[in-house]
Amino acid sequence: MTATTATDRIEKTVIIKAPRSRVWRAISDATQFGEWFRVNLDGQFKAGETIYGKITHPGYEHLTMEMVVDRIEPERFFSYRWHPYAVDPKVDYTPEPMTLVEFTLEDVSGGTRLVIVESGFDKIPLARRAEAFRMNDGGWAEQAQNIDRYVTQS
Amino acid sequence: MSRSRSAAALRLHESAPIFAALGDETRLQIVARLCAEGPLSITRLSDGAGVTRQAITKHLNALSAAGLAKNMKTGREQIWELDTRRLEIARRCLDRISDQWDVALGRLKALVEE
Repeated sequence: MTATTATDRIEKTVIIKAPRSRVWRAISDATQFGEWFRVNLDGQFKAGETIYGKITHPGYEHLTMEMVVDRIEPERFFSYRWHPYAVDPKVDYTPEPMTLVEFTLEDVSGGTRLVIVESGFDKIPLARRAEAFRMNDGGWAEQAQNIDRYVTQS
Repeated sequence: MSRSRSAAALRLHESAPIFAALGDETRLQIVARLCAEGPLSITRLSDGAGVTRQAITKHLNALSAAGLAKNMKTGREQIWELDTRRLEIARRCLDRISDQWDVALGRLKALVEE
């Protein structure tokens, strides 16, 4: 599959009011990554290596997340592969295709531009997607409230 | 919040049969071809598909039941086209993953912007 469809990828751009080196640490340091992504990773990121971690998001603590680190270019680029809808502990997701998540950092005036691209959704069985969406529904509404609290406190 | 939440649940409920209908490689290929080439006859859809006309007809009926494809009879040939309105609903589901990134990015910002 070479063509990229509207359903295959998600792209996010955000301007962060912090130096690029600071944003880089928050993404490339597994402990800091885990803080905002809500996962307790069991080591550091190394290109080509797989890292595991317990999800720390309330209600999802029974789940283990797997990340296959793809590429690390210091201060500029970080990418990994994972199973994006792995929310059912009874299912073995290993045989399923993974999506690729890419972080690209760039200096802009007043801070850093961060672009996140997650791609490869078209390769994941659609029936599985629908199921995961159903399971996720209540959880994300609740998470939005958690964020509100976290942001207003700091 | 609870109102938008139940509206979201309703949309997901509507989407499940669509995803189920698309959760088959041959049907996905049919959708991709109707998308790229516009309305096609069963004969054209069978060409190079590696499956029989009967199988294609069965898959088209499944897509039709999910509201994803429509049959327009023209003369002796059956011509099939996509019902794009339903596909739009399916696409919206991807927006949910997108929302999850927004939330995570909000946390990242809160962490590094001090």
